[in-house]
Amino acid sequence: MTDRFEIPARLKTTAMVLILIGVITLLFGAITLMNSHASDHEIMHAERTRFWIVLLHNSVFFLLMCVASIFIQAAASLAQGAWLVAYKRVPEAIGANVWIFGLIAGIVLMCVAFVFNIDGHNPIYHWVHPEGDKILEGKKAFLNPGMFVGFTVVTIALWSYFGKKFQSLSLAQEQAPKNSTKIYWLTIKWSAAFLFVYALTQMSTTPWVWLMSIDAHWYSTMYSWYTFAGAFVAGMSMILLWVVYLKNQGKMDIVNKEHIHDLGKLMFAFSIFWAYVWFDQYMLIWYANIPEETWYFKIRQHGPYSLIWYTTFVINFIMPILILMSRNSKRNYFTVTFMAMTIVFGQWLNFYIMTMPGPLAENWHLSWYEFGIFAGFIGLFILTTAKTLAKNSLIPHNNPMLKEALLHQS
Amino acid sequence: MSVKKFAVATYLDEEVLFPAVKKVRHSGYKMHDVFTPFPVHGLDKEMGLKDTDLHVAGFIYGILGTCTALGFMSWIFLSDWPINFGGKPFFALPAFIPITFELTVLFSAVGMVLTFCYLNQIMPGVKKHVFHPRQTDDTFVLTIEMNDHVTEQEVLDFLKSTGANETYMEVAEEGWWYGRWDKEEDYQKGLVTAHS
Repeated sequence: MTDRFEIPARLKTTAMVLILIGVITLLFGAITLMNSHASDHEIMHAERTRFWIVLLHNSVFFLLMCVASIFIQAAASLAQGAWLVAYKRVPEAIGANVWIFGLIAGIVLMCVAFVFNIDGHNPIYHWVHPEGDKILEGKKAFLNPGMFVGFTVVTIALWSYFGKKFQSLSLAQEQAPKNSTKIYWLTIKWSAAFLFVYALTQMSTTPWVWLMSIDAHWYSTMYSWYTFAGAFVAGMSMILLWVVYLKNQGKMDIVNKEHIHDLGKLMFAFSIFWAYVWFDQYMLIWYANIPEETWYFKIRQHGPYSLIWYTTFVINFIMPILILMSRNSKRNYFTVTFMAMTIVFGQWLNFYIMTMPGPLAENWHLSWYEFGIFAGFIGLFILTTAKTLAKNSLIPHNNPMLKEALLHQS
Repeated sequence: MSVKKFAVATYLDEEVLFPAVKKVRHSGYKMHDVFTPFPVHGLDKEMGLKDTDLHVAGFIYGILGTCTALGFMSWIFLSDWPINFGGKPFFALPAFIPITFELTVLFSAVGMVLTFCYLNQIMPGVKKHVFHPRQTDDTFVLTIEMNDHVTEQEVLDFLKSTGANETYMEVAEEGWWYGRWDKEEDYQKGLVTAHS
C-alpha cells in the first residue's frame, strides 16, 4: 500500500525532540523571564513582556499559516482547480489541525490581554487600560475587551470548524458511490461560505485585533492584506515541504514536477504580492509623512530593528524573485525546498518585526527563547500533521477531479 | 528564407493527427510545421519543439525598463532639475518605485509581444504562405520539407499511410514577406529573391 503514510520513527523522534525543546524553553522562560526580578525596572518589565510577546508572535504566526491551507482548498475547489487534488490530503491535514493552533493562540491571546499586567497597565495591549490616553479612549468602541474576546472566539471557532468540515467532506467523497458529484458540488458551496468568513476575518478584522492593536495608536488600512500575504506564502511553503517530504518517502507518486511547479508559482507570486503590500503600506506613510504614522516605521527601519527589517525584505522578496523566477528552478526539488524553508523563516521574521518593536522597543532579543518556542511550534506542526496524514489514504481515489489532476500540465 | 518544396498532408481530426505527428517525427523526415484550427494541448511536445526562450527576452526587457526608469528619474531629480518636494530627499527612492515598476512591466510586455511576433513571423501587413485554405478553419495540416535524399512518391505514400485525408506537393516561400499575397508567385517563379 503505497498510498498509506506510516509516520517514520525518525520524523516522530524529530518532532518529539522539537516539542521537548519548546516545552523546556517555555518552562525555563516562565522561571527566568516571567518572574524576572532584574534590578533595573525597565529590563524587568521588558523580560516579562518578552515572555508573552514571543508566545503571541509564534502562536498567531502558526495559526494564520495553517489557516492558509483551508483558504487554498476553498479557493481551488471554488475555481474547480484540479491541480490541488493530487496532494489534497496535505492542506486538508493542516487545515483539520487548525483547532489545535487556534486553541493555543486563543489561550495565549486571552492571557496576554487579561492575565499579563504590570502595575495596572498592559505593556502589550495598551488599550486594555485606556484611561488617560485620549487616542485609545477614542478607539474604545472597537478596541475593548468585549470586542477582543468576541472576535477571537468567533474567528478561531469558525476556522477550526471549516478546517474539520473540509476534511470530512473530502473523506465522505471516498465512501460515496463512484462518479458521484454530490459532495463535489456541496464542497463548492462550503468553499464559498469559507471565503466569505475568511474575508471578514483574516483579510480584515482579525489582524487588527490581534496584531495591529499591539501598536494601538497606529493604524494602517493595508495591514490585513499584508498579514494575509505573509501567512499565505508561508502556508504554501509548508504544504510544499510536506509534499516533497512525502515524495521522498516514496508515497506520493502521483505528484510530479507539474504540481511542484504550481506550488512554486504560488510561492513566487505571493512573495511578490507580499512585497507589493509591504511597500504600499510603507510608501503611503512615507509620502504623507504624518508623525503619528511614521514612528511605526522609524523604530523598525532606523532604530534597533534595522537589520531584521532589511533581512526580511531580502529573504521574502529579493531571494524568491531572483531564485524562483526561472521555470527550471520552480521545477527543481532542491531549489523549491530550499526556498520554502527560507520563506517560512523569513515570514516568521516578518511576524517578529510586526509584533516585537511595539512592546519591547530596544530591549529586543533573538536568542534561545525566541528560537526555542519556534522549534516547539514546528515540532507540534510536524507531529499533528503527520498523525492526521497517517489516518487516511494519501490519494483521494474517488475524487471526480483525480484524473484531471494526474494529467495536469503547468 | 527561400522558396522550398513541401509535402502537405491534411487531417480531419486531431486524434488522427497526433499519431501521424509521432510517426513523422520517428521516421526521420524533416517536419516543417503543423497547422491547427485551435490550440492542441501537448502537440508542441509531440512535435519535439523545445521550450521557448521568450521569458529570457522578457527578463532582459524588464531589466532595461527598470534601468531606464531609475536612471532617467535620478538624472532629472539629481542633476537636471532638482525640486524640493515637501522636504523629501532629491533621490526619493520610494517615490520612484511605482514608476519603475510600471516601466518594467511596459518594457517587458511590449518587448515580448514584438519578439513573439518576430519569432512567429506575424505582424500587421505581413504575409506568409498558406498551405491549405482551410488550415485555420477545420482542417489540420502537416508539412514535410523535401530534400535531395527523399523522393516525392515515397513521402506522399508515407503520409497517406498515416491516415491523411489529402496529400500533395507544394512549392512555397518559407518566410514572411511584406506586400500583396500574389507577390509570392514572383518568388516561386524566381523573379525576385525574398529578403531576410
